[in-house]
Amino acid sequence: MSEQTFFKVTVDGITIEVPAGTTILQAARQIGGEVAPPAMCYYSKLKGSGGKCRTCLVEVSKGSEKDPRPMPKLVASCRTTVMDGMEVKNITSEKVVDARAGVVEFLLLNHPLDCPICDQAGECHLQDLSFDHGKSKTRFEFQKRTFKKHDLGKNIQLHMTRCILCYRCVFTADQLTNKRVHGILDRGDHAEIATHIEKSLDNEFIGNVIDVCPVGALTDKTFRFKNRVWFLKPMDAHRDCPSCSGRVTLWNRGDEVYRVTARKDEWGEIEDTPDGKPGWICNTCRFDKKEASDWVIEGPRAISRASVISQGHYAGNVGTTIPTETFKAVNGGRTPHLLMDIHDESEVNKPNIHLGKIQGPSHGDTFNKIENA
Amino acid sequence: MGVKLLLDKANVPGIRTYEVYRREGGYRSVEKALKQMTTDEIVEEVKKSGLRGRGGAGFPTGMKWSFIAKPEGVPRHLVCNADESEPGTFKDRYLMEFLPHLLIEGLIVSSFALGSNDTYIYIRGEYAWITNILEQAIEEAKAAGFLGKNILGTGFDCNIHVQRGGGAYICGEETALIESLEGKRGNPRIKPPFPAIQGLWMRPTVVNNVETLAAVVPIINMGGEEYAKIGVGKSTGTKLISACGNINKPGVYEIDMTITVEEFIYSDEYCGGIKDGKKLKACIPGGSSVPILPANLLLTTAKGEPRYMNYESLSDGGFATGSMLGSGGFIVLDEDQCIVKNTYTLARFYRHESCGQCSPCREGTGWMEKILQKIETGKGEMSDIDLLWDIQRKIEGNTICPLGDAASWPVAAAIRHFRDEFEWHVKNPELSQTSNFGLQHYADPIHVPA
Amino acid sequence: MATTFNDIQMTEFKRLVARYPEGKQKSALLPALHLAQESFGGWLSTEALDYVASLLQIEPIEVYEVATFYSMYNLKPVGKFVFEVCQTGPCMISGSDNIIDYIKKTLDIKPGETTKDGMFTLKLVECLGACGYAPMMQVGKIYKEHLTKEKVDSIIAEYRAQATNN
Repeated sequence: MSEQTFFKVTVDGITIEVPAGTTILQAARQIGGEVAPPAMCYYSKLKGSGGKCRTCLVEVSKGSEKDPRPMPKLVASCRTTVMDGMEVKNITSEKVVDARAGVVEFLLLNHPLDCPICDQAGECHLQDLSFDHGKSKTRFEFQKRTFKKHDLGKNIQLHMTRCILCYRCVFTADQLTNKRVHGILDRGDHAEIATHIEKSLDNEFIGNVIDVCPVGALTDKTFRFKNRVWFLKPMDAHRDCPSCSGRVTLWNRGDEVYRVTARKDEWGEIEDTPDGKPGWICNTCRFDKKEASDWVIEGPRAISRASVISQGHYAGNVGTTIPTETFKAVNGGRTPHLLMDIHDESEVNKPNIHLGKIQGPSHGDTFNKIENA
Repeated sequence: MGVKLLLDKANVPGIRTYEVYRREGGYRSVEKALKQMTTDEIVEEVKKSGLRGRGGAGFPTGMKWSFIAKPEGVPRHLVCNADESEPGTFKDRYLMEFLPHLLIEGLIVSSFALGSNDTYIYIRGEYAWITNILEQAIEEAKAAGFLGKNILGTGFDCNIHVQRGGGAYICGEETALIESLEGKRGNPRIKPPFPAIQGLWMRPTVVNNVETLAAVVPIINMGGEEYAKIGVGKSTGTKLISACGNINKPGVYEIDMTITVEEFIYSDEYCGGIKDGKKLKACIPGGSSVPILPANLLLTTAKGEPRYMNYESLSDGGFATGSMLGSGGFIVLDEDQCIVKNTYTLARFYRHESCGQCSPCREGTGWMEKILQKIETGKGEMSDIDLLWDIQRKIEGNTICPLGDAASWPVAAAIRHFRDEFEWHVKNPELSQTSNFGLQHYADPIHVPA
Repeated sequence: MATTFNDIQMTEFKRLVARYPEGKQKSALLPALHLAQESFGGWLSTEALDYVASLLQIEPIEVYEVATFYSMYNLKPVGKFVFEVCQTGPCMISGSDNIIDYIKKTLDIKPGETTKDGMFTLKLVECLGACGYAPMMQVGKIYKEHLTKEKVDSIIAEYRAQATNN
């Protein structure tokens, strides 16, 4: 057996030794924390992914011990392998911070920002990215690009308007199923995920496209509009499944199972099973096993303290407190109104009702009352 | 009259046929290279010639050739990039249309040097009639024993295949071209690996421009050192320039790179001056993606020295006061042309041609187009100009392939040199719809007295 | 319109595929789509795309992805003659706007539309590599260059006559 070569790489001043062939991003993830660049398209479990979104751009200030010249341009850390003695700047580089803010702005340019009615809200990577690196105002003043919604079969909804074209779902179909029926059609700013002619995605493992989607473009129709992820309690559970590992996370409210997903690690990727294989789950586990009795519950799933999902759960683990003032109090005595126009996006809203007339927070009944009044 | 190495026989009647081409001395370089030279010697001659890629980037060809990996038992491929799509560039079309055998001859020698038994010409789909011309030439060369099995009894086998593209500028980028040649979308690959290691079908591949490969013929015939004596500095040999826009004699010219830009525009041997007696306002000297220059900076460098038609001189001053030779697409704009409108059509072009794979280019090109359209149609605001500048700055250098840069540079240069014309559009929303900013202070200092 | 190749078309298809190493037949996709478009009435229906996929033994989605990426494949029916007029920088500064307006007016159609008699479709395209011979348009496999209003008139007349004679 040949001995493995290790390279020393320094990211934002922190040095680590990694096996040759490791990417800058993976090395930075080993260090962890803010040193790890964000990644919207790269997915370590999907071969060929990465390089496209440009959020993980970093500055290589020293190429290697042998050739210390800096790299002339920022590089995609997910697709650039480390060299021995390489020095990388991520958040310590002004150029990176500037470029990343640009990339976030580009990604949000045509994104509908319909988070209030998007099922992905709360676990959306684009939300996290915008929160960390974006600005609160847009400089884009033109009409945003929109697409029609598509059903990809009975369990998966494609909401292309939200898509950031990361290609992860295409790689998933290529690598987990024997026949890909969806892909990237058209080009440039009109490129879209589609099937060309109405087709359903039926493969037993195709449901994993929902888990790899970094935004709310591909959602689980069995869960759609049922609840908010932060109101649900994630529980690790398993069942004896003939087609997959059966190791999942259940998202419960009380005893009711609202949805089933694969287990995800701190980078939002599918966790490996104990035998070291990616823990993709089958459609049966994901869409059809919605009874608590279908599962053996292992216990609550640990969720990052920073995630909104952890808010309100597991007292003692997370230091959240309910604010003492109400919104009304901080808003000069005024009750909040709905601030965002989501007419086009939501099926529960009535487009003929002026949102300014609705006292928020509101739900379907409020609309019905106004309509009938 | 400058030296002509490529187009010297272009006007010989019937030169498109094998018979005439051969009679005029064609295919000598194949005989010399295959019978008297080793593959390393050919690469060495090309290195000595100083030939730089004629597609736009100007990378030394010999060096590119020497990078090709030679793993045991894995076929290698030469691919000719005939996907000429850079606005302003139509030189390869001319060469292929009128001297198809010159390209075929260069391809045979280059294929031999690189060990490519199956060589592909990837031609833009719109050049359908040229595809027929090339296929005809290939058949003739094959019949004469210059292609096929055991060429000239040397044991070297080579076939050349012509593949039409489907209409996509991005396929001029070499890895997008390879993807397209594999029957896929023209999405550029993320490098590394470079094509020289893993290219077409993951095999070692060299992709070269049409003109580059044609230039191999005179290099072999005259020797690399002799070739390098033509031209100046690192701009050796001759270059095809396709001149268009508001000039008297648009067309394709072969220049040795020692003439001044002024001579190229005004002499009757080349562009023949500005059309209809008008005045020169600006020029994009190397294809639409290189920076546009106002007349004064085009004809002279920032130091006031004459500017020459070569790689070094055209880029003198960097992007602040210079441009690039690029692909040799020379676009001349007269006093009546609107820089804002011109920049808008180019921005529209790049938005249309973005593959959409990476976010800065996919989103940024469309955004720039929209803002430029807004200014052009009299709805612009002053802040839009700075916004444009900021957008192009955030695209440039941050994309997978150079299309992001190609889309950014024209916008950046237009604002850098013609900011007052943009401001005039904003300040005169109505007037700008019916009249033109005109020449103002952008006049050519040599031909227009102050 | 049939969506299978006749014998002559099939021979040409086989010639295209034979240019690539065994197992790399997908490489013939772009030329095969050109052949299909020429053979099946100037455009590619879903049936035509599926047919090409079956011939090349690849998944239909691989064909859809490619056919929608490149600008030369028409995925909707077009007129007998398609006027593809270049509007990019060099053509624009040489007066392509006037030519486009003239064609719109003469044929009474907007870009993307086909005349009622099904004869002409107008498409605005980006740089076709004829900048020195601007303004220009492509009609089928032919470039029509140095366009003037008079020349446009005679081109329209020429194609009308061609259509009547066939």
